[in-house]
Amino acid sequence: MERKHSFEIKIDDLEKSFDQLQVLKRINLSIAAGEFVAIVGHSGCGKSTLLRLIAGLDKPTSGKVSINGENINTVNESIRYLFQEPRLLPWETVENNISLGMKKSDSGRILDALNSVGLSSKQKEWPKNLSGGQKQRVALARALVSDPGVLLLDEPLGALDALTKIEMQRLIESLWNKQGFTAILVTHDVDEAVYLADRVFVMEGGKIKDEIEIALGRPRISGSDKVYYTNLILKQILQKEFEDPVGEENFVI
Amino acid sequence: MKIINKHLWKNIFSWMLPIGLIIIWYLVTSFGGTKLRFPTPQAVVVRGIGMLKTGELQSYILVSTQRALLGFLLGGVIGFLLGLITGLSVKANILLNTTIQMFRNIPVLAIIPLAIAWFGVGERLKIYLVAFGTFFPIYANTFHGIQSVDKDLLEMGKVYGLSKGSIFRRIIFPSALSSVLVGVRLSLGIMWLVLIAAETVATDAGIGYMAMTARGLFQMDKVVLSIVLYAILGKISDVIAVGLESTFLRWRK
Repeated sequence: MERKHSFEIKIDDLEKSFDQLQVLKRINLSIAAGEFVAIVGHSGCGKSTLLRLIAGLDKPTSGKVSINGENINTVNESIRYLFQEPRLLPWETVENNISLGMKKSDSGRILDALNSVGLSSKQKEWPKNLSGGQKQRVALARALVSDPGVLLLDEPLGALDALTKIEMQRLIESLWNKQGFTAILVTHDVDEAVYLADRVFVMEGGKIKDEIEIALGRPRISGSDKVYYTNLILKQILQKEFEDPVGEENFVI
Repeated sequence: MKIINKHLWKNIFSWMLPIGLIIIWYLVTSFGGTKLRFPTPQAVVVRGIGMLKTGELQSYILVSTQRALLGFLLGGVIGFLLGLITGLSVKANILLNTTIQMFRNIPVLAIIPLAIAWFGVGERLKIYLVAFGTFFPIYANTFHGIQSVDKDLLEMGKVYGLSKGSIFRRIIFPSALSSVLVGVRLSLGIMWLVLIAAETVATDAGIGYMAMTARGLFQMDKVVLSIVLYAILGKISDVIAVGLESTFLRWRK
């Protein structure tokens, strides 16, 4: 597939501590341009912190993040971030909210972005009048309107209902196909990770514990292949609990 | 059609009590004997029309309104600016806020003797007193509005690379505006309150002067007329404040 961008991300010996607490321990990752990777793990395993470091929102204690060989130490225009909440400005219309993602407002591109998320009719609407899924679509349009090289997704679908979630996953996949950005998704949802990512990293205690390549064609429909990967990853994440005898006793009941 | 009817009924309903009170006023004063030191509503209306014809009433209203607005403008602008400064800067907050909050507990009327000593009994006295009274609600609400800006939106603005100016213009200010307008509404109420007190102290024009001279001559209809005038002016201010809210906070509807 032809890719418009080539934003390669490299993370070398990245560490982050807050006071005495070490959140990230010697993270080494290499993400190819245009690749879609997912990071899964328990809450508090450091995955969101990692994403914030890549975004340039926080500074690493040691080590570095580089994009195409350039060190990232502050927020970067070519990196866009999709939060768990839409974080739209309630006092601006949908189109103005999207314009926030551009250096110079351009109504043609705003309309294109709205079209691409299927909300062209909501251009003049206040965010208050949109559903949760629609708000997140506007946030996605805002993130992608500037045609970024990297999209960071911090559990952006966590608050949506199951059906809307599936729609959004498809939408994100198709936009990724079209625009060719490099994507890093942080999620609790293993199924979502398997659906979207080329590679899934399992994080635990601030370390990358495992890396699983999802060798499935796209689009990925539910089936035994997908279930195989889901189970494989879940086993990695839940290993501790499986090994724990007390936990096993609980399972017997 | 039904909606219009509902609206109409709501209006009629909300005016029932004031109209009822006027009817009771009419009945009590018309048939209650002459011992009552209270004029009939007809007498007040006749007095009003008479003073309108001589132009006396208009000039009093004009003078009072001018004082009120000048004082409000002075106090409001200072309150807003100081609220901005203490809201935005931690240092300014530490330096100024305690002092300002201390002054807040001083009743405006308590400083009248001091103000007379400083400014005499001229125009400046009334304007400064109104400014003093209207300053605090706007100051406190501006400060509070800025302090309670959604941190998530600020972070979003940062990730999207907004400049400090844009963050203020697109996130902080609109977010604080609803709170500022609450302050404006409170201040408009206090504006008339303080002006009445100031105008009864010593003055040669205005509604307060009209009431004081009428009291001296025992023209109770004129005294009541001045009270009615304040009520009408207060109501107009409130309608303006509500209008401002619905114009600037359209996005909330």
